[in-house]
Amino acid sequence: MAITPNPYKTTGALGWIDDRFPLTKMWKEHLSEYYAPKNFNFWYFFGSLALLVLVNQLLTGIFLTMHYKPGAETAFDSVEYIMRDVPWGNVIRYMHSTGASAFFVVVFMHMFRGLMYGSYQKPRELIWVFGALIFLVLMAEAFCGYVLPWGNMSYWGAAVIINLFGTIPFIGPDLVVWIQGDFVPSDATLNRLFSIHVIALPFVLVGLVVAHILALHEVGSNNPDGVEIKKNKDPATGIPKDGIPFHPYYTVKDLVGVAGFLIIFCAVIFFMPDGGGYFLEAPNFTPASQTNTPEHITPAWYFGTYYAMLRATPSFAGTQIWGVIVMGAAVVILFFVPWLDKSKVKSIRYKGVLSKTALGIFAVNFVVLNYYGLQPPSALVQLVSQIGTVIYFAFFLLMPWYSAAETTKPVPDRVTE
Amino acid sequence: MSNEGVDGNRRRFLTAATSVFGAAGAAAVAWPFLASLKPSAKARALGAPVIADISTLEPGMRATYLWRGQPIWIVRRTPEMLAGLDKVAGQLVDPDSKTQQQPAYITDKSRALKPEFMVMKGVCTHLGCSPILRADHPAPEIDTNWQGGFFCPCHGSKFDLAGRVYKGVPAPSNIIVPPHRYEGDTVVVIGEDPKTA
Repeated sequence: MAITPNPYKTTGALGWIDDRFPLTKMWKEHLSEYYAPKNFNFWYFFGSLALLVLVNQLLTGIFLTMHYKPGAETAFDSVEYIMRDVPWGNVIRYMHSTGASAFFVVVFMHMFRGLMYGSYQKPRELIWVFGALIFLVLMAEAFCGYVLPWGNMSYWGAAVIINLFGTIPFIGPDLVVWIQGDFVPSDATLNRLFSIHVIALPFVLVGLVVAHILALHEVGSNNPDGVEIKKNKDPATGIPKDGIPFHPYYTVKDLVGVAGFLIIFCAVIFFMPDGGGYFLEAPNFTPASQTNTPEHITPAWYFGTYYAMLRATPSFAGTQIWGVIVMGAAVVILFFVPWLDKSKVKSIRYKGVLSKTALGIFAVNFVVLNYYGLQPPSALVQLVSQIGTVIYFAFFLLMPWYSAAETTKPVPDRVTE
Repeated sequence: MSNEGVDGNRRRFLTAATSVFGAAGAAAVAWPFLASLKPSAKARALGAPVIADISTLEPGMRATYLWRGQPIWIVRRTPEMLAGLDKVAGQLVDPDSKTQQQPAYITDKSRALKPEFMVMKGVCTHLGCSPILRADHPAPEIDTNWQGGFFCPCHGSKFDLAGRVYKGVPAPSNIIVPPHRYEGDTVVVIGEDPKTA
């Protein structure tokens, strides 16, 4: 298959570029002639918002790195230096720390949208799989970044997470030393996490985002009705009857979403930059201490759900690896959603009462688990977390049954208004 | 392009041989990178033994030392504290310390060379947090039969004053007792085994 340079026969300066690089082609394929369903609703803001937050993190991250000094002796002080002495440094840091939390808010909403409208179903399995990979990398990226200020919460957070690997039988303890580059989390650990946070994972993340969008644009977007708009094309133009060009229609619509998002985002940065102790925790404003664990240690709020599952699982047969396995499985199971859903229809609008109930319970349960994952350990927290863990897995593992068993409503030929 | 006169077997052999050598080369290149992540010579040097002078440690008190960057506790246990160890034995996972979480030369049920001085890592066996010393008792918010011990704030694991873990908590095993020996009566060398006579 030969590639024809400049298929649109542009001229002038643009023509000179198009003869050598597919600029006009890319513009048309991904924006001005990418036909998206005309019935996108509120939930479709979060994809573009995730992209916005990614850019925010990359941009603020570049500037923070200019002042931050990795190293056990220098990290904490350099962060305080950014906060106090670097002009506008506090705002840039708050943009980055709030951006981390915003990233998870936006991504959780984006994933919930996918679950609601069956956006993972054939032919969109790979979009979902790339998305789940992005979520995984995002969690690793957030963890590494959380350690960098080398506050006391950073330090003990790192100790707990790295020690998760120590639960692997036989090789665990040696693996922990290898990961840390020392017998305890130390200077070596901090420096390698810095390297991973600013170089390795951002590259992977951006690459996965490109793959996610390329896969999306290859098959076309799903929509709240779960109707394939490509099945109903205008015979003359070959354009889907229910499709509208992404640019200008959705670029402009997304700008409204951006404005709404930025109002909330800026309000947090300006008036509540620590997010009430959830975006930046109080113990992290004291330097790391190898001998004093904070009274009440929790991960960042966005790990609450998975942390609750880790704590809910008791040790068994002399090892505590089961909690780690449960927590890991909770993320890995996301990858299988496209094949667990046996429903004939995509969207929740046309699914039966079982799927609607299951998704409702799942969403509430996710929030409850998140809350209890951040509470100090107690018998009640333990019990609720255990029930919540079972519900979380039941949603996925029973999906092949309830999605196939229920009666679905007929799906219309065209999208609804 | 013509494939006439090409020795197919020879070409396959050369392709396979090149691939195998290439893969071996890639594996060899990976080694320095993976090995560079191991503790450096400097980090290993910091693993040297630590000398602890316990002559001024009051009964019931704890001193904290740093060995290999980890807290090492020495608790001077009162007779009452030692008596409490037996009262909780039924609630423990491994009351007789059968699992080797201590050097083989520590055989006493109080898990110490000298029962009065408990030497242990200040590190929870669950995920490496540093438990809090709660010598006070009764403490019903921790346990109805609390005789003093350690409570981990991270995930609620409980240990008695010999570092033995309670049943039904996330931590699976007793707290580690590091290798140590006495030099005279009041000096503990942490990180070295006793010299065999």
